[in-house]
Amino acid sequence: MSTYLPFARTEARTNYLNADYGWKSWLFTTDHKRIALLYLFSITAFFFVGGAFAVGMRVNLLTPEGIFAHDTYNKLFTMHGIIMVFFFLVPSIPATLGNFLVPLMIGARDLAFPRINLLSWYLYMIGGAIALTAIVKGGVDTGWTFYAPFSSTYSNTHVILTAIGVFVSGFSSILTGLNFIVTIHTMRAPGMTWGRLPLFVWGHYATSLIQVLGTPVIAITLVLLGLERVLHAGIFDPAVGGDPVLFQHLFWFYSHPAVYIMILPGMAVISEIIPCFSRKALFGYTFVAISSIAIAVLGFLVWGHHLFVAGQSMYASMVFSLLSFLVAVPSAIKVFNWTATMYKGSVSYETPMLYAFGFIGLFTIGGLTGLFLATLAIDVHVTDTYFVIAHFHYIMVGGMVMAYLGGIHFWFPKISGRMYPEGWARFAALIVFVGFNLTFFPQFILGYQGMPRRYAHYPPEFQVLNVMSTAGASILAVGYLLPIIYLGWAWRKGPKAPQNPWNAKGLEWEQSPTPPPTYNFETQPVVTEPAYNYSGESEEVGIG
Amino acid sequence: MGESEATLAVHEPDLKHHFDDSAQQFQSSTLGMWVFLVTELMFFGGMFGGYTVYRNMYPDAFASTSHFMNVPIGAINTGVLIFSSFTMVMAVRSAQLGQKKVLIAFLIFTLLLGCVFLTLKYVEYHEKWVDHHIPGPGFQYADTRYFHQAQILFFLYFAMTGMHAIHMIVGAGMLIVLISMAARDRFTQAWYTPVEMIGLYWHFVDIVWIFLFPLLYLIGHTK
Repeated sequence: MSTYLPFARTEARTNYLNADYGWKSWLFTTDHKRIALLYLFSITAFFFVGGAFAVGMRVNLLTPEGIFAHDTYNKLFTMHGIIMVFFFLVPSIPATLGNFLVPLMIGARDLAFPRINLLSWYLYMIGGAIALTAIVKGGVDTGWTFYAPFSSTYSNTHVILTAIGVFVSGFSSILTGLNFIVTIHTMRAPGMTWGRLPLFVWGHYATSLIQVLGTPVIAITLVLLGLERVLHAGIFDPAVGGDPVLFQHLFWFYSHPAVYIMILPGMAVISEIIPCFSRKALFGYTFVAISSIAIAVLGFLVWGHHLFVAGQSMYASMVFSLLSFLVAVPSAIKVFNWTATMYKGSVSYETPMLYAFGFIGLFTIGGLTGLFLATLAIDVHVTDTYFVIAHFHYIMVGGMVMAYLGGIHFWFPKISGRMYPEGWARFAALIVFVGFNLTFFPQFILGYQGMPRRYAHYPPEFQVLNVMSTAGASILAVGYLLPIIYLGWAWRKGPKAPQNPWNAKGLEWEQSPTPPPTYNFETQPVVTEPAYNYSGESEEVGIG
Repeated sequence: MGESEATLAVHEPDLKHHFDDSAQQFQSSTLGMWVFLVTELMFFGGMFGGYTVYRNMYPDAFASTSHFMNVPIGAINTGVLIFSSFTMVMAVRSAQLGQKKVLIAFLIFTLLLGCVFLTLKYVEYHEKWVDHHIPGPGFQYADTRYFHQAQILFFLYFAMTGMHAIHMIVGAGMLIVLISMAARDRFTQAWYTPVEMIGLYWHFVDIVWIFLFPLLYLIGHTK
């Protein structure tokens, strides 16, 4: 950390936080930074709601006979999935850090459509309120995937209400993506060429493409599901000529690309943290930038790997299997380039970097086990087992949540104007890493041994591994509660942050005051060097 | 944002504070609208995808249903919408030229054509109700072999034309807003972005119908 600026200068300045204090100035704000904070607090709340359901599941799985009724358990895993996927992971980094940082990083005063940005938060809250209403009224038990015909015909739970909640919140995701695409295209500061964009922005651009192209498809799929549930015309019911596999195709056409909505922004954060704490330009900027776009494009062509055992044509499965292997290439490019960036860098071990290390290791395990699942024969063996659960939690939790926490710590001084307690933060990062691995690594073994997902009971021989997993989950819970406590404390009582505590590159640190004023910059920012110019060289490494 | 433009230098009246100039603002609005239309394309695309799958599975049943569609009304409505696209273009043109009265006239004309479409659509829906062609418990179909399969087609018919009609109603609402804005002299030759954007939306909704008409009404009418 560098030296602190004198207090007086930071204190006297008007910034986006002290510009106005009334509740109206928050609920009717169009400032992207304040909207980012609205999102931050709301998604944190949803994270703990979703987490509470996970606690229920892990407690139930302590013993082979469980403690909850089967129906209750079905609702627990369903609501855990729905809340975590649609109300935490999809908006997590884009709506908070992305919302806060994309305009700052490209040198814009706000997003292109500030009022639409606020609308997206309200849609998110309305969708969330509807989903919570469904939960309070008794919940839903279809699994987060809403598979027909169970969801359309047989389930006696609140499917339609939940689907409406997801539908509405989907539009908030679409509007965020639309806003980012337009902002990145039209509002870059002078000198901020595409080849100089921070990779955080590239990652969010790729994410936005998926949000805009994929989310409408899940929206119409849920509309068709709701109509079918009301009319019982049989559109997804095989008994009367409907095709339930069509539902799966439509569902995964969105929901597979959506898993890249849930990881690309994490990669975007890591691409900022690693150069900063290695004091080196990111290795292979162009490759990392293009790999984000490649993931977004290829991600749309692999959804069929969720249907290998659903009666999909064998030839289609072979093509989807091949394409699923291909999508691993751009992901691997990123991992290799992050690692190469650290090579011969002066690496330091502040909290964001610890999360970045965690991300690289856990994402790599999650990604490589994804290749197991893309392999037709192995997938038949492990489909719908805990192997799949472990795989995607390594990506979603080990990857995305790690990156989210890393990003929150990295930009906490920028957002709050305060420093967090480094010792506590490193301790929490370690706890999260240990707790995570103890929770989910045993699930790889359980799955490989054949324990199916979504069952409340299991044979006694699986108990040891399940107890380990539950023990890990309780450690993980501590790791997630700690940051709430010390970041909450630091927000009010932490030492004032200097302008650029990490000596990081980028417009948000170098040309915008900390914390930023309402319109972000005091003078028009101008960009004269490539991104991550930590060595101070002037040569260009850009794209076109 | 409260349009608090006082702190910044001289502003064109309709320029929002966070844009550098009107050209950038217009570029952003246009790109935003096109991206929105892409999302609409994907939204309808899900239904067109489902239609394609089922038509491929049940070609004969699907063809048989088009004898129960009201082709004359569908054809008239197609003409009405194409003509409304023309009046919408003329509205945008008059906004460009700053001709307020002509602009309002064309917007009202477009709105009326939209209402004609929706009225005829209501007539058709009522026919379907009388004929028991609404999917669900009361559904009946003359050719019992195709009972279930035809029901799927009618499900898609109502989902697709229903979504289209909702988009028409939203479009009509926005036309009313445009008319009131034009009447209050909100548009100038320099700034008429909403007219242009709603125009794009209106054309998109028309184009969706151009595809719906042959796919739902005409597939069985081959010789």
